Amino acid sequence: MPDPKYLRFDTLSLHAGQRPDPATGARATPIYQTTSYVFKDTDHAAALFNAERAGHVYSRISNPTNGVLEERVAALEGGVGAIATASGQAAMHLAIVTLMGAGSHIVASRSLYGGSHNLLTYTLPRFGIETTFVDPRDPEAFRRAIRPQTRLLFGETLGNPGLEVLDIPAVSHVAHDAGLPLLVDSTFTTPYLCKPFDLGADLIFHSATQFLGGHGVAIGGVLVDGGRFDWEASGKFPTLTEPYAGFHEMNFCEEYGPAAFIMRARKEGLRDFGACMSPSTAFHLLQGVETLPLRMEKHIANTRRLVAFLAESAAVESVSYPELAQHPDHERAKILLPKGCGAVFSFCLKGGREAGRRFIEGLRVFSHLANVGDAKSLVIHPASTTHHRMDAEALQAAGIDEGTVRLSVGLEDADDLIEDLGRALYLSQKG
Amino acid sequence: MELRANNCRVYAYAGGRGFVADQPTVLFVHGSGLDHTVWILQSRYFAHHGYNVLALDLPGHGRSEGPFLPSVEDMADWVIQVMDAATVAQAAMVGHSMGALVTLEAAARYPARISSLSLLGISVPMPVTETLLSAAAAGEHTAIDMVNIWAHSAGAQIGGNPVPGMWMTGGGVRLLERSSPGALHNDLKACNDYQAGLESAARISCPVTLLLGEQDVMASPRSAAELLGAIDGARSVVLPSCGHMMMAEQPDGVLDALKGALC
Repeated sequence: MPDPKYLRFDTLSLHAGQRPDPATGARATPIYQTTSYVFKDTDHAAALFNAERAGHVYSRISNPTNGVLEERVAALEGGVGAIATASGQAAMHLAIVTLMGAGSHIVASRSLYGGSHNLLTYTLPRFGIETTFVDPRDPEAFRRAIRPQTRLLFGETLGNPGLEVLDIPAVSHVAHDAGLPLLVDSTFTTPYLCKPFDLGADLIFHSATQFLGGHGVAIGGVLVDGGRFDWEASGKFPTLTEPYAGFHEMNFCEEYGPAAFIMRARKEGLRDFGACMSPSTAFHLLQGVETLPLRMEKHIANTRRLVAFLAESAAVESVSYPELAQHPDHERAKILLPKGCGAVFSFCLKGGREAGRRFIEGLRVFSHLANVGDAKSLVIHPASTTHHRMDAEALQAAGIDEGTVRLSVGLEDADDLIEDLGRALYLSQKG
Repeated sequence: MELRANNCRVYAYAGGRGFVADQPTVLFVHGSGLDHTVWILQSRYFAHHGYNVLALDLPGHGRSEGPFLPSVEDMADWVIQVMDAATVAQAAMVGHSMGALVTLEAAARYPARISSLSLLGISVPMPVTETLLSAAAAGEHTAIDMVNIWAHSAGAQIGGNPVPGMWMTGGGVRLLERSSPGALHNDLKACNDYQAGLESAARISCPVTLLLGEQDVMASPRSAAELLGAIDGARSVVLPSCGHMMMAEQPDGVLDALKGALC
């Protein structure tokens, strides 16, 4: 028998989930721009609706182009399956509503993307789901916040804005001790830098809009099921362990074993909430995933150059990046993120809010906008944009200084980026 | 459905339907280290098309209590005990890999209890390499990886799962990881030790279909040729470009072949 070897990351990035189109021989993944699929006969139709045969019925539930993206991300993460969603927010929402309903509780890191924070703080409580936020650097804080109603622990591989490195092994241990799954937002790291399932996480989602796509042309998300969590042993998840009147009285754990979560998420969550991805978006995102290893390597190399440059600049108060010895999570980053700590980081300018404004105005290559994870380098000055209504005290409470600048380092020549930063730093201090 | 055999609880997936009197029964037996979920599509189909379904979890596998049964012959006897517990006089039997050996042996021992036999991914004998047996005995994850990789065709390892969004080899490895400690080694050893296959095959009198994967490196069509010749009237169906895990790789191909094989 042949020597047993799984395909490796770079190969999976290009191939996983797609073989040449059987109808046309097309090598690239075709865009199946169709809402629906013709049944072979009435028996075939009934069998598809009753989960007796595999296939597609309606593109809100599944689509062949989306299926390639889903398989590919599942393969790169080491999961059992995935669902492509309309956005990263939709992926996070899908994970939560598949697991729980009114009366449930989540324990989450307090260092989250603003959209996630809004969902947990303001929106889900209207539907009876409460969240307690805790210090992501303190796994015991997660443990202390768990209640009988808790159904999920949640954090980001790299927190926002402090780049706290989530101790996934320790937090997953806390979660599993309580019979709970750990959901991780891995957008900033991608599976190239971090494989949360290997560290103990149970569910992962990405805003694929960022590094997975990398081109800034498509909004999308992906939810991935690791397939290891024992929902039946936990006893806290009736959506997965009891018959579901909404789908043929199906008990998803009994039917699908390790794939129970992702199958329920598709057969209920996509069907009913409908936050599906367009197949053309899936196609765009696939173009990005094909080059993920190459891009992440360059993102990291450029980021390291810029971090080193800024750390030496007289115009800079401080740089926050976990690879720097002074970062509170430096040691943890060396263990959990040995290939790099992402390409998004913050630094603090001398001169406060006005210096920040002059710095932004002085940039030529960096694009001033509210996004991260693009092939092009991006910058934002929170005190003059996203947080401009906050005074200095309110900013500090949010972990932001008046001179804080966030960079998302792209794939340009690092020398051009350094020269751009150098020019803007000079202008920022001219006052 | 829960039954009892050998004073232990037995789980049998019924395909999402209850038993209906006077319907024919189709009984599925899984392969090494696996459970009833490998049959999910095919078993649901037959349960909704005029059959009672028993997709068994062998002792110590899935939701059935242990202990493991150490030989194919013991498993064949146990399957008949489960039929007794379910008050099923006769069933169409479908087995995959080790499960195919089990149903083959059951058909030889209890010919009145089996109306037809569908043997998926079978070779007789079914030798297992010492490297794999040793790794499985030691509980090493490499045993799971070896089985998982060899069980999927080259194409399936790239993907293109007919079930949308599912990563086939990822699902395969998780299912094997869920098996009870020692289950995989017990089963692989049972396959390796089973030497009576050709003699048993010669005693089979019911209709037999061999369903083989063209790219199956664990039970290739070539290695099944002697078995095919040993069973009077047996026919074979070869699924093109398919590996050993044919129920996952080509679920419709398997279903369509079974529809023509059950009686």
